[in-house]
Amino acid sequence: MISLNWVKDYIDLEGLDLKELAVKVTKAGINVEKVVTNHIDNLVIGEVVECVNHPDSDHLHVCQVNIGDEVTQIVCGASNVREGIKVIVALPGAVLPDEFEIKKSKIRGVESNGMICALFELELEEKTEENYNKGIHELSSDAPVGEDPLKYLGLDDTLYELDVHKHRNNDCYYHIGFAYEIASILNKKVTLPSDSFNEIEENIDKHFSLKVETDKCPYYLAKMVTDIEIKESPDFIKKRLIAAGMRPINNVVDISNYVMLEYGQPMHFFDKDKLGDKIVVRDAREGEEIITLDEKERILKASDIVITDGEKSVCIAGVMGGLNTDVDENTKTILIESAIFDATSIRYTASHLGLRSEASIRYGKGLNYEYTEKAILRACHLLEKYANAKVLSGMVSHDKVDKEPKVVEFKARDINKLLGITIDTKDMEIELDRLDFKYTLKDDVFKVTIPNRRLDIDPNVNDIAEEIGRLYGYHNLVSTLPRVPLRKGVYVGDVKYRKLVSKRLRTLGLNECKTYTLVSPEMASSFKYDNKDNVVLPNPMSADKSVVRTSIIPSLINTYEYNKARKVNDILLYEISKVYDVNFNEELKVAILMKGSYMANAWQKALVKVDFYLVKGIIENILDYLGFKNRYTFEVANTIDLHPGMSANILVDREVVGIIGRIHPSVKKDDIYVAELSLTKLLDKKVKAIKYKELNKYPTITKDFAVIIDKDIHASDVMQVIKRAGGRTLTNVEVFDVYEGKNIDSGKKSIAFSLTFEDYTRTLTDEEVTDNFTKVIKDVENKYEATLRDN
Amino acid sequence: MDKIKELKEQIESVFSEDLTLEKLNDLKIEYLGKKGLITGLNASIRDLPNEEKKEFGKNVNELRTLFNSKYEELKERLELEETNKRLESEKIDITLPATRLQVGAPNILEKVIEEVEELLMSMGYDVVDGPEIEEDKFNFEMLNIPKGHPARDAQDTFYIKDEEILLRSQTSPVQARTMLKGEGKTPIRMICPGKTYRRDDDDATHSHQFMQIEGLLIDKDISLSDLKGTFDVIAKKLFGDDCKTRFRPSYYQFTEPSVETDISCFVCKGKGCSLCKNTGWITVAGAGMVHPNVLRNGGYDPEVWSGFAFGFGAERLAMLKYGIDDIRVFYQTDLRETKAFDRKDVD
Repeated sequence: MISLNWVKDYIDLEGLDLKELAVKVTKAGINVEKVVTNHIDNLVIGEVVECVNHPDSDHLHVCQVNIGDEVTQIVCGASNVREGIKVIVALPGAVLPDEFEIKKSKIRGVESNGMICALFELELEEKTEENYNKGIHELSSDAPVGEDPLKYLGLDDTLYELDVHKHRNNDCYYHIGFAYEIASILNKKVTLPSDSFNEIEENIDKHFSLKVETDKCPYYLAKMVTDIEIKESPDFIKKRLIAAGMRPINNVVDISNYVMLEYGQPMHFFDKDKLGDKIVVRDAREGEEIITLDEKERILKASDIVITDGEKSVCIAGVMGGLNTDVDENTKTILIESAIFDATSIRYTASHLGLRSEASIRYGKGLNYEYTEKAILRACHLLEKYANAKVLSGMVSHDKVDKEPKVVEFKARDINKLLGITIDTKDMEIELDRLDFKYTLKDDVFKVTIPNRRLDIDPNVNDIAEEIGRLYGYHNLVSTLPRVPLRKGVYVGDVKYRKLVSKRLRTLGLNECKTYTLVSPEMASSFKYDNKDNVVLPNPMSADKSVVRTSIIPSLINTYEYNKARKVNDILLYEISKVYDVNFNEELKVAILMKGSYMANAWQKALVKVDFYLVKGIIENILDYLGFKNRYTFEVANTIDLHPGMSANILVDREVVGIIGRIHPSVKKDDIYVAELSLTKLLDKKVKAIKYKELNKYPTITKDFAVIIDKDIHASDVMQVIKRAGGRTLTNVEVFDVYEGKNIDSGKKSIAFSLTFEDYTRTLTDEEVTDNFTKVIKDVENKYEATLRDN
Repeated sequence: MDKIKELKEQIESVFSEDLTLEKLNDLKIEYLGKKGLITGLNASIRDLPNEEKKEFGKNVNELRTLFNSKYEELKERLELEETNKRLESEKIDITLPATRLQVGAPNILEKVIEEVEELLMSMGYDVVDGPEIEEDKFNFEMLNIPKGHPARDAQDTFYIKDEEILLRSQTSPVQARTMLKGEGKTPIRMICPGKTYRRDDDDATHSHQFMQIEGLLIDKDISLSDLKGTFDVIAKKLFGDDCKTRFRPSYYQFTEPSVETDISCFVCKGKGCSLCKNTGWITVAGAGMVHPNVLRNGGYDPEVWSGFAFGFGAERLAMLKYGIDDIRVFYQTDLRETKAFDRKDVD
């Protein structure tokens, strides 16, 4: 929250529409999320000129109130209302907080034209029992009747609620920093607040010594004040702290917060009498204990920084002070600390202690060393003024800050080239002046020194271009296209493969899924056919997302369940995703899950039901499409979580590239079929280019036969025997019938083959085909003790 | 001659009866077959005196013609009747449901990604990919986010091994990898749509896994105005030709200057509505000029090369484009919803 009343201390905003200004600020890059104003229309200062009891009530009063141009009648229930006091009057039309609108009304038969208000009713005070009992707010007798009471009280303010990007949440989170931002937008100058004070002769050196034993504290300043008087803060400090969302406590504590909100520099005040005469800043010891201001015991780590009195720790640096040296109502002498600590270390400490305070947040973002000093002087100024403090002369310091200014050299042309605009050297000077960046210009070369308050700007031309660009206004950019050669982009590497397989599977009727890479340990342990160990997250968010999967199938089963629960019957799914093993080896896999009917027409009772052979067909289609025709086989396998009688390995060039089968009934009772292929393994294999092959001009001869063999003999094995026996002219073997049951002995099956013979160079004779065919039958009979079936 | 006259009358009478195609065929054999009544007349021609032969022959031919014409006429009529009868019997109820032939649907995210890919490939951008388990070096350090930098806190990262191996929190590491491949010599135009991971609790607007579409162009004399022009083209393709765009200053560690890119609200056309929170604008991407440190880390000399990078959230694009209000939709694959996306978009 930024109070614009406060900003006005440093920059002249007289006569500006603050809502319009908010739009300008947003356009320039600091997002003003909300403009909050507490102005209320129809709220005036009134004087009670007559006050009598309500004829029909024991606590209501009927008042005649002078509101400047007229005297109006208002019924009021407050016990402290009386003739002669000046009050805050909400007239009809006024909308109080919580959308409470004041209207003309009759209260127990008496006309009332408004409401006399208490501060809590205007949300200027908390709604407490105590404030409620105070009754209506009485203004002092010099309050001007008819004027805006909030303005009179100095409570009319406009607040900006900022949503600042990380890089600017340093300088735009304190009022002086934000004033500079507004100044650059409006092209105005910033005036810093007074930090003058008187010093007494006594020097801090006599009372106090400093030693810094850690390199995590590059800058440490300390001043001492004495004879302070602890009391309530002046109104303006209280109001501003409230506006900024902080609770006023007493003048001393409030001043440290006030200065922090001015300069962004957090400070710590030690009770000097409790502290002693020494400060040693050092790394904490592992396990070191300290009781903090909130009376809680904190256990520190070696990476934390502590302020000590040479023996015991008195403060967790940058995070929270210790109870043993805190400022209380009896404190007379204060040691003021204004320092810079290592930002990363403070962030880590705040996070492991769970102590994110206004101070630790600011330390964590980094600080401008110039303001470390300005803030301590400003604090002395305010303590002298509002706590009657006597400031000791001298300052104790430790200074290892890198004060090397950040300087960048460039020409106007360099900026223009990056932004695609044309600003000449002269206009560039104007822009730099607006930013209040110091520079020299020689032979068209700018040499810019970046102000220390802008911690976010690095000394390179891009950073300057950004500053110039945002003030110039990105809405003024003209759209151009890069002047680059014309070309068509391509899918690189396995992306192309992924796309091809994906489109093919969609064409084959499967729907694409996306599921989570992180799965539960249970999911990760199923379908572990690869025998690969999983990556397990050391700090998962929850157990169900704690393991990196090696198979996609368990995730597809979840998607299946999700759809089944929603009464979807035919579920055809695939997903292509990368999986990783424990050694971070990457594998691109495609998984398929199918259940229900593949194609159906219910009223015709016609359907293609999903079964093993359909999924096998899908896999073969994919492999053929990728160029592996005649290079793949399916081998019986007993794969984990698959039905032992309906499970196979998929091999290409005799290497296992995937699995296929029905899900084991103990995993899922439904007849769900799945397959998974490693696209990475396929991608590694060479595929021949497509080449035109003329069709055979000579006739083909087809011969069929059926044999009765043992049930357990695999068709593919028999086909191997047939192919070997059939010789060169046997170009195709197909199974056209498989039969078990009537007329076939149990334990046997009949299987019928169709053989195609052809030669590309001549017409085959019946004789030679019959010879080959006879040999085929003989070999099959011998090998499998098969019986030829009569046709 | 009487015989001819008699046959002629017989033919007239036979064809006036109710005949079927079968009977008609029998008639043809009866009259014109080898032993047919008309054919038989030819045999008797020999017994006639020469002067009558010609006349008789002519009459027999006329008789044949008469039979044939009657036969053809009736045959045609009967065949038509038969066809009509068959067609009538084959009539079906064409209003009965069709046999369902289905092509699978793409995941909704993939549909949007493919639209972006198609456009950017036509503009010369390659589509590349990178590892999802990534090294800290690529995910952060090379992108100008050193260890301990506060920018890391916001991208609450899933670390896997110490602070070195992680699930990538953005697709930007692919920028770094692509630059290293280019060896500081080759201009770059690439996009990388891919999965990313952050420690967010899943709800309607957050997902611990989400997809970004990263874009990077590195060449000579590339400006922020070029980024604006490129973004205009993308915005118009995705959200229509009347879509306006604007840049707002922003901050990303790996770009400088950085911008947030807005499109004019396509619901209210800029007037203000609930979708655009009454601003008339919707933020769709972060972008900027590649930071000189990032160029340098990737082996590109910032004195010579410049470029821009942009990053879209795929979920956000899809949610805006199709009016989806729950990010979990993309990862649940409710087939009832998904199938609605198996069609072309309106142009």
